[in-house]
Amino acid sequence: MDRETSIIKKADEFLQIFKKGEEFTQELLKENEKLRFRVAQLEETIERSGDEGKVRLYEERIKSVEGELNSLKERYKQVEEENKDFAAKYVEVEEENNNLANLYVASYQLHSTLDFNEVLKIVLEIVINLIGAEKFAVLLMEEKTNELVPVATEGIALADIPKARFGEGIAGNVAKEGESYFSGDIHRESFSADEPIVCIPLKIKEHVIGVIAIYSLLTQKEKFSNIDYELFSLLAGHAATAIFSSRLYTQSERKLTTIQSFLDLLKEKPRR
Amino acid sequence: MPNILVVEDSPTMRQLISFAMKRISNSKVVEATDGVDALKKLSSEKVDLILADINMPVMDGLKLVSLVRGNPIYKDIPVIIITTEGAEEDKKKAIAIGANAYLPKPIQTQELIKLVNSFIGG
Repeated sequence: MDRETSIIKKADEFLQIFKKGEEFTQELLKENEKLRFRVAQLEETIERSGDEGKVRLYEERIKSVEGELNSLKERYKQVEEENKDFAAKYVEVEEENNNLANLYVASYQLHSTLDFNEVLKIVLEIVINLIGAEKFAVLLMEEKTNELVPVATEGIALADIPKARFGEGIAGNVAKEGESYFSGDIHRESFSADEPIVCIPLKIKEHVIGVIAIYSLLTQKEKFSNIDYELFSLLAGHAATAIFSSRLYTQSERKLTTIQSFLDLLKEKPRR
Repeated sequence: MPNILVVEDSPTMRQLISFAMKRISNSKVVEATDGVDALKKLSSEKVDLILADINMPVMDGLKLVSLVRGNPIYKDIPVIIITTEGAEEDKKKAIAIGANAYLPKPIQTQELIKLVNSFIGG
């Protein structure tokens, strides 16, 4: 009996131990399940955080590419502006080049001869063809009489241009002051020999040897351009020296011929 | 190489035009002082374009244009008139005679070069 009771007791104890073991195992399984779930969650988080990083990386890349694109667009605009500037500058340089070529040809022609009449003809050609004057006259200073005397004209007769006294009237004042005169009305209808629309002094340094008086312009000549003013100053200088030196040369040539004739006459043997 | 005949009695203007023409790449310039001289040059040189003044001694530019247009050998050579005559009726007259273009003086070199290029394809 006692043995039976002890066996039952032991069996109960064993059953309790077994139940506890079962409970513990159940708890372990639950814990295991929880841990698996947690691991899965963590794995998912890690995976998700990896994608976000990539997205962030791509976003940064896109931002930097966009930045580069904007800076390229900015540079393109700048280059385009620079191109426009270069094109405008090219046109300007080309124009300047043409003007210089014109001035070169004009001064080359002016100094190509020592014949006084030829120099006057070249001055007329320049004023007609390069400036576009229709009626004008070249007046030179006569030192003895202190007057400006017309020596060449275009579009008007020489006789229609009166002499001008130094310091009087437009031409006389231009000769006295040595400064160019420009009328406000360059397309004046009426012609007046005393009132040129433009008057340019012919100067060698500060010494005025004459003037060019322009009375009217060709109908197609609407206004004066920069090259005209450059031509005016070229004429004021180069034409003056060309006229002055050719006049001196022609005078000295004439004197030389006279002296030569005189010498020839002296050398001739006296007739018996 | 296009050959350009410059017909102008004024040496300054002739040199100026020639100077501008020589700056057009590969072009050769032949100069004549009037219409008769131009016809002589035409008989000895192959010319692709004529630039002619109107007011010239011996033979003027308009007479030259009419003779060029009447000659079967030269009739197709383009002629540009460069003149001080700026009136519309002068232009119409020159075009009626056979000039291809009309440029009143004072000329703008750039404008002349552009016009010349439009004929010789520069």
